[in-house]
Amino acid sequence: MVVMTMAKALNAGLRRAMETDPAVLLIGEDIGKLGGVFRVTDGLQKDFGEARVVDAPLAESGIVGTAVGLAMRGYRPVVEIQFDGFVFPAFDQIVTQVAKFNARSEGRTPMPITIRIPYGGGIGAVEHHSESPEAYFAHTAGLRVISPSNAADAYLMVQQAIASADPVVFFEPKRRYWEKADVDVDADLADAPSPYRARVVRPGQHVTLACYGPMVRTCLEAATAAEHDGHDLEVIDLRSMSPLDVDTVAESVRRTGRLVVVHEAPVFLGMGAELAARITEACFYSLQAPVLRVGGYHSPYPPSKVEEDYLPDLDRVLDGVDRALAW
Amino acid sequence: MTADGGPELVQLLTPEGERVHHPEYDIDITPEELRALYRDLVLVRRVDLEATALQRQGELGLWAPLLGQEAAQIGSGRALRPGDYAFPTYREHGVAWTRGVAPLTLLGLFRGVTNGGWDPHDHNFALYTIVIGDQTLHAVGYAMGIQRDGTEDAVICYFGDGASSQGDVNESFVFASVFNAPVVFFCQNNQWAISAPLERQTQIPLYRRAAGFGFPGVRVDGNDVLAVLAVTRAALQRARDGAGPTLVEAFTYRMGAHTTSDDPTRYRVAAELEAWKLKDPIERVRVHLARGGLADHDFFDAVEAEAEQLAVELRAGCRKLESRGIDTIFEHVYAEPHPLVAKERAEAAAYHASFQSGATVGGGH
Ligand SMILES: Cc1ncc(C[n+]2csc(CCOP(=O)(O)OP(=O)(O)O)c2C)c(N)n1
Ligand SMILES: [Mg+2]
Repeated sequence: MVVMTMAKALNAGLRRAMETDPAVLLIGEDIGKLGGVFRVTDGLQKDFGEARVVDAPLAESGIVGTAVGLAMRGYRPVVEIQFDGFVFPAFDQIVTQVAKFNARSEGRTPMPITIRIPYGGGIGAVEHHSESPEAYFAHTAGLRVISPSNAADAYLMVQQAIASADPVVFFEPKRRYWEKADVDVDADLADAPSPYRARVVRPGQHVTLACYGPMVRTCLEAATAAEHDGHDLEVIDLRSMSPLDVDTVAESVRRTGRLVVVHEAPVFLGMGAELAARITEACFYSLQAPVLRVGGYHSPYPPSKVEEDYLPDLDRVLDGVDRALAW
Repeated sequence: MTADGGPELVQLLTPEGERVHHPEYDIDITPEELRALYRDLVLVRRVDLEATALQRQGELGLWAPLLGQEAAQIGSGRALRPGDYAFPTYREHGVAWTRGVAPLTLLGLFRGVTNGGWDPHDHNFALYTIVIGDQTLHAVGYAMGIQRDGTEDAVICYFGDGASSQGDVNESFVFASVFNAPVVFFCQNNQWAISAPLERQTQIPLYRRAAGFGFPGVRVDGNDVLAVLAVTRAALQRARDGAGPTLVEAFTYRMGAHTTSDDPTRYRVAAELEAWKLKDPIERVRVHLARGGLADHDFFDAVEAEAEQLAVELRAGCRKLESRGIDTIFEHVYAEPHPLVAKERAEAAAYHASFQSGATVGGGH
């Protein structure tokens, strides 16, 4: 076990993937000498060379579009998008090409591409640097969408994404980049839990909190705070948005009878909406309250001085819990 | 590609402050106009340095310095007429100055109190655009509108060397070309796109790209305010005359970090900056004014004093820039009422009020 930040864990995971498979190559803006604006690729170009760690021209559509060709040629491109708000020039390539290649070619040209996107707010950034666009991608068949919440998961999940035969949109909770955890750097990928399975990170009896990425820590803190009020919260780290592990959540809700879904993204047509519909269907008679959502508003991500009023925090999560309990 | 811009570089004032002549571009300029340009340059540099300092002091979340690009921005901005319209990136603080946008107004975005900050139509200066290249198409569309209205206005569109790789920028060239739009594409080639050197974006000088799209391109010494003024004026005139777009490549240098979050020592050598310091855009004007007897000590002192005063006001004003609270989140999401926004706004207000009144939250539905 090594204690490291999520940024370092991702770096170590990328390094291991590159050591394991010579077909793995990284492409993105400023990922070489600079090591990426968050230093996630720090030192990789020095060690693997410019052919495997490619500083791209400033063009996201170009980056993802060429990754498609590289994948056809047998490479496993790992794309870095610098910030959530800058993925959209590549949206066409991702949605119309990357996502559909396997289906259109009837399995002959799969797209083993990983698209890494730092996402979410809470870092006091200017606009386009704090968004949570995961629902757009989860809505698109053909893409897998996952997000680690901690360094240990980040280390394994990035390797699993790269090893996947399908394209994986890999959302990295940027405000958690600097949080540390024990990472088993020798763990065998074959023994690692599936990245598509949710995990109960805190067992509890009264209310289930389902969350992912940056909100997992927030929900765990809320659960600790709720103890004072005698509320015992179960926290589930979904880890994957597509596929969505409804079974693990349903199993929990059958015990607690209450579910609050928490994410930074706007709640309207977000992951919480999908989970609410599916949980209602899966365990309608176990529910003692409607599934509630705590998340972003139907507004552009606001300027940073008011982002605390936009982002779910401990109080807003507990407010959701109180509403579920009072129903 | 040559580091000095090569023989095609249009220059009217050398780094040593000497007036030189160019067969195609020249400029008639009075000592008074020269002094005004000098004042502009000094003031915007001072504003920029103050904003960088304010970021260091925690008053701004971020700042994108224009250090080194003052002449490119003042020269092009002062070439505009009131009816012209400018579309900036996020670094055009000098152009903003020429459009009458108060420096304090620029800080709102970087302090995190607004995502915009000014009324674009008050200044004929669009909002800053952070997503690289997007504004180039807006500029062309605006120019197409001018075309339909039959007025003599023109549009100037700013973007960087890095942006030249974006699809939108290349599409904007196509639209401008085939519709013969009255637009000047003003590329500040500051040699870097964060850590990516110019060579990562192009194998030929950027201005030459224009030829492939069917309109002229010109490379100007971006640190020479006179040459930039002359070249931009000519390009704008061409646009007004109905002759279509021009690409102006202002050959300059980003003397500071990309933004206050950036650490350029990781990717570029100090010698490069030292070499460019010798080509400083302000020093050459100062030398020219002083040597030619076009300005005296009192003038220089007065400009210095004005710059200091501006900085003091900026600092004081910045600290007072407040957001409008949660209203900022919900106001203006749509131009017309939207029930979901209204509902969420009411819920957020009730939630906040519950803290103020000390009441317990939750329990209702
Ligand atoms: C679509 C998009 N991708 C990435 C970024 C992140 N980014 C901000 S500035 C920048 C470099 C821009 O370089 P250039 O166009 O040369 O302008 P400069 O910053 O040098 O003025 C990058 C990559 C962005 N803002 N938008
Ligand atoms: Mg640049």
